[in-house]
Amino acid sequence: MRRPRQSLRRVFAVPAAVAIFSIVGLVAALTGDGWRDALSWAALAVPPAAIIWAMKARTT
Amino acid sequence: MSHAAVRAWFLAHKWSSLICTAFLLMLCVTGLPLIFHDEIDALSGDTPSAATGLASSQDHPGLKPLDVMLAKALAAKPGSVPLFMAFDNAGPLMTITTGPSPGAAEKDMTLQIFNRATGEVAGAAEEGGVMHFILQLHVDMFLGLPGMFFLGAMGFLFIVALVSGVVLYAPFMRRLAFGTLRTSRSKRLKWLDYHNLLGVVALAWASVVGLTGVINTLGTPIIQLWQMRELAEMTRLYAGKAALPPERYGSLDAAMAEVRRVRPGNNPQFIAFPGGNFSSKHHYAVFLQGDTPLTEHLLTPALVDAETGRLTDVRTLPWYAQALLLSRPLHFGDYGALPLKILWALLDIVTIVILVTGLYLWIGKRRTTVAAHVREVETGGEAAAAL
Repeated sequence: MRRPRQSLRRVFAVPAAVAIFSIVGLVAALTGDGWRDALSWAALAVPPAAIIWAMKARTT
Repeated sequence: MSHAAVRAWFLAHKWSSLICTAFLLMLCVTGLPLIFHDEIDALSGDTPSAATGLASSQDHPGLKPLDVMLAKALAAKPGSVPLFMAFDNAGPLMTITTGPSPGAAEKDMTLQIFNRATGEVAGAAEEGGVMHFILQLHVDMFLGLPGMFFLGAMGFLFIVALVSGVVLYAPFMRRLAFGTLRTSRSKRLKWLDYHNLLGVVALAWASVVGLTGVINTLGTPIIQLWQMRELAEMTRLYAGKAALPPERYGSLDAAMAEVRRVRPGNNPQFIAFPGGNFSSKHHYAVFLQGDTPLTEHLLTPALVDAETGRLTDVRTLPWYAQALLLSRPLHFGDYGALPLKILWALLDIVTIVILVTGLYLWIGKRRTTVAAHVREVETGGEAAAAL
């Protein structure tokens, strides 16, 4: 899996996206109930989902 | 990043993690059941089942007057004085805290639970039990304020570990795709990859829960600062006056009516009686919640002269107290129903795995030179830290 050196932007692209989803998830449920709770669950499910995806797709 | 920079961040990561890991493990393990404390309490029948119906925080003819409720609480504890009264937005239950004197210490307080719709006692808070033990361990390890500050310092180190971990993620992942898990080459490489993946994925959640945990440990000084600055200013006309004796406390319902007249639409979360940490020596401090879900967490104290029932001042809390109020839900994860709690628990378990893999990575190669570790980071684990 020797790849060329990636830019910092590249290295942090997915982690930053996961972090943004996490923050949206943390804040959404705080601002109300109903669909905001649902948005919160979906967004905060992204970090665990990323782990499961890596275990399936990126294990070597 | 230069060798020197990687080395410095590596050392920051190693030492901040090493110092806090044992305590963070304790916090994560005790925190896990605490996430579900409502559900566990309901199952074990420790607290009265949440009666539904009118919310006790409302103003409604179907609810008993506050003065009546207070008289019941005091009758059950003759000779005691009122300290706090707290309300619920979901049902008619309310709590009344009494103690031997207005400035009573927490250990001398008695908490009674009432149903404000029926006026009947709904139970007394159990101070024992496994959940209470777990909570005390989590909050201050039974060491009071010093224990709380100590855990706050551990939380701060945890944040240093998270930041330095992210910095090290950059050189480590330079030639690796996100999510790479090299599980078949060596145990060390496998756990190194897991440590990096789980750490970066849980980063935002762990930072928020860590930071809000640290803020929660500063709750006591934050409240004291508010009392010294804002509260003293709001009640400056009373400065130097002798404390109002409890037998001269006036009607709570009249005080509440005055507050509702000035702030219609806002319900109280709790009322602090004179002499405690949350009020002056002469006031009922009515802590109003906002009328939207977000502002519900942000309280506005309305101070009513406890003798005359006249409003002295209403002022929103300063930013540092608001930060404390918002830190509670964001740390507990109790604001988005059961699915949010389950996600909270999953991320808590992820954090436990990060801590354990970190410990494993340190134990495995702790006699290795720092230079070898730096090389391991810079090569994305390809150059194993040689013994």
